[in-house]
Amino acid sequence: MSGFTFTIDGTEIAAEDGQTIMEAADAAGVYIPRLCDHEGLRHQGGCRVCTVKAGGRSVAACTQPAAPGQTVESETPHITKLRRDLVEMLFHEGNHLCPICEASGNCELQAMAYRLNMTAPTKFPYLEPCRAVDASHPDIALDTNRCISCGRCIRASLDVDGKSVFGYVGRGIHRRVAVNGSDLAHTDAAITDHAVSADVCPVGCIIRKRTGFTTPIGEREFDHGLIGRKIEEKRRG
Amino acid sequence: MGEPRLIEISPVTRVEGHGKVTIHLNGNNEVDEARLHIVEFRGFERFIRGRLLWEVPVIVQRLCGICPVSHHLAAAKAMDVIIGVDELPPTAEKMRRLMHYGQVMQSHVLHFFHLAAPDLLFGFGAPAEQRNIFEVLKEQPELGRRAILMRKFGQDIIEATAGKKIHGTGAVPGGINRNLPIERRDAFLGVIDEMEEWADAALALARDYTLQHAMLVEGFASFPSNYMSLVRKTDGALDLYHGDLRAVTAAGMPIFDRLDYSRYHDVLVEDVRSWSYMKFPFIKDLGPASGWYRVGPLARMDTVDFIGTPKANAARNELMAVTKGAPNNSILVNHWARMIEVLHCIEMIRDLLHDPDLQGTELRATGERREEGVGVIEAPRGNLIHHYCVDERDQVTYCNLIVSTTHNNEGMNKAVKDVAVQHLSGQAQITEGMLNHVEVAIRAYDPCLSCATHALGQMPLQVELFDAAGGLLDRRSSAT
Ligand code: SF4
Ligand code: SF4
Ligand code: FES
Repeated sequence: MSGFTFTIDGTEIAAEDGQTIMEAADAAGVYIPRLCDHEGLRHQGGCRVCTVKAGGRSVAACTQPAAPGQTVESETPHITKLRRDLVEMLFHEGNHLCPICEASGNCELQAMAYRLNMTAPTKFPYLEPCRAVDASHPDIALDTNRCISCGRCIRASLDVDGKSVFGYVGRGIHRRVAVNGSDLAHTDAAITDHAVSADVCPVGCIIRKRTGFTTPIGEREFDHGLIGRKIEEKRRG
Repeated sequence: MGEPRLIEISPVTRVEGHGKVTIHLNGNNEVDEARLHIVEFRGFERFIRGRLLWEVPVIVQRLCGICPVSHHLAAAKAMDVIIGVDELPPTAEKMRRLMHYGQVMQSHVLHFFHLAAPDLLFGFGAPAEQRNIFEVLKEQPELGRRAILMRKFGQDIIEATAGKKIHGTGAVPGGINRNLPIERRDAFLGVIDEMEEWADAALALARDYTLQHAMLVEGFASFPSNYMSLVRKTDGALDLYHGDLRAVTAAGMPIFDRLDYSRYHDVLVEDVRSWSYMKFPFIKDLGPASGWYRVGPLARMDTVDFIGTPKANAARNELMAVTKGAPNNSILVNHWARMIEVLHCIEMIRDLLHDPDLQGTELRATGERREEGVGVIEAPRGNLIHHYCVDERDQVTYCNLIVSTTHNNEGMNKAVKDVAVQHLSGQAQITEGMLNHVEVAIRAYDPCLSCATHALGQMPLQVELFDAAGGLLDRRSSAT
């Protein structure tokens, strides 16, 4: 495999053929914000939070292959604002009441809002969905009012578990994630599925029953620092 | 600071915090009717339905910003029952108790020093500019400093047990999510002597005030009533965290005793009146006219047999001696009772800190799921009842809450009327000082109205004066 270099915000990054901008950046310890992309899962390129400018064009860093000599902009004020707006729209689209949400402190959406210095989401109208919680399964519950349609559960179920518990329904603004049955109890979902592991759903939509709030405040993932810090730590050594 | 403004009080969805007093005058300008209207949070009982059982202690604590721990723990206790846990691991129960004592202490300190002290130090009719904590700080800087540090101590205890000073997540169904690290314990033990000393002094202040102003205290919105609180199951002692229900008459005669609190519906009825959003509970056997009762610190002094910590018990004996052991009916004595409880909490906290169970690692228990659970606790302001049903999917299907301020509804309304008759009857103009007398009466109950206090020492309270024809004569708003 042949290697080459390109730059992100002026930092030289080594890459290999076939790597995406994000993969090369991760390996070099440069964090690019993301929500739909997840280690071990197929890239989707859906959320656009990873948007960077490569050669002046806006592209999704999680799907765009790195190219030799390319100049990539990532943490510019313009791009940061764009990302913040995208994240803010996700807050407006669902019902995100962090103070009472069991994902709080472990939630990637919330952590991204912190990282991008989003304050109160006030820019856009709230869509205020009113979807019933699906608690039919003995071990798993779904509060899709918090779903950000990242599709991680869909890919995990299909590619890792070899099932199709989750899928998209509807089109455009009406597109959302649904289960392959009248409710979760009528699917072949199991608590041991990768799709429902604590790792896959970035928010508090897929709930592993009876585990909420058992991790004390102070010991939750993002109590220890910003999202992306683990990648950035690589660089600092 | 902005311009003075009138607070509009309307029945909106705000938690606690908003009150309105209406006073109706007859043709001779005498008080005919005086009522306290409170906008309550019944919304919680509705929108909690469908939520998952382990979310409940975290959601319902948002009812309140001053005593969220009480709601957090009452809900957790109900959920313990629902997940089939009748006995928590010792570490869990003791961590919760620690949290609760920290909470009761800081809430009482807040009320006494920040909200009540200006009235007590400067007089009920003192100029409004003087009736605030800053004037207290100027006049008695050491007292003010202690008030702040004692409150901080209580809040630090909450933070150590719940993760945050306000709206944490410590209690989970069946237990707790943490134990107390040795470093935190030692830091608390390092200041506990000082806290006790200051609690002694605050208690002396409240006691002396009460005894020196005996005439005022006995005459001010003082009337007999029934009293209710939890008492310790084994011996009838004060127990703020757990126990059985007991109610006594104004003469101290038992109405019911050692009642398992899951059966509260057998003895209490919640009455509804068209002009208030808050229910009026009463004791079933006695009926609505004479079955109303009061809860809170003084009610606890009146119902329990004794206090299980020595200094607080001696202090209670002194308080009860004023009425020769019979229940004390003077609402202003609540301040004294509150300081006795602060001392009790500090004594309990000290004992707990010396208990190695706080460093235990068995944090949670599980059991056989049930459909229904009641959790009752003695919150700073009095008895607090949480009642839930949860279906086999773990979703809440029913919720009923009776908070301290609701238990005291009739009592507060009686107090408002009493004071209005005494101080406003025959007046066509309301002065700020008169208005404050009404507030003092309400404030003595420390209702959660004070949550919404946006300027220290003041409540967004509005008084309206009507003539016999129902015309509005005058309106005063205490909020600026
Ligand atoms: S899912 Fe995340 S962002 Fe949404 S309410 Fe829960 S913690 Fe907040
Ligand atoms: S349920 Fe979770 S993982 Fe699935 S699409 Fe929604 S947010 Fe993503
Ligand atoms: S992470 Fe690239 S589009 Fe979502």
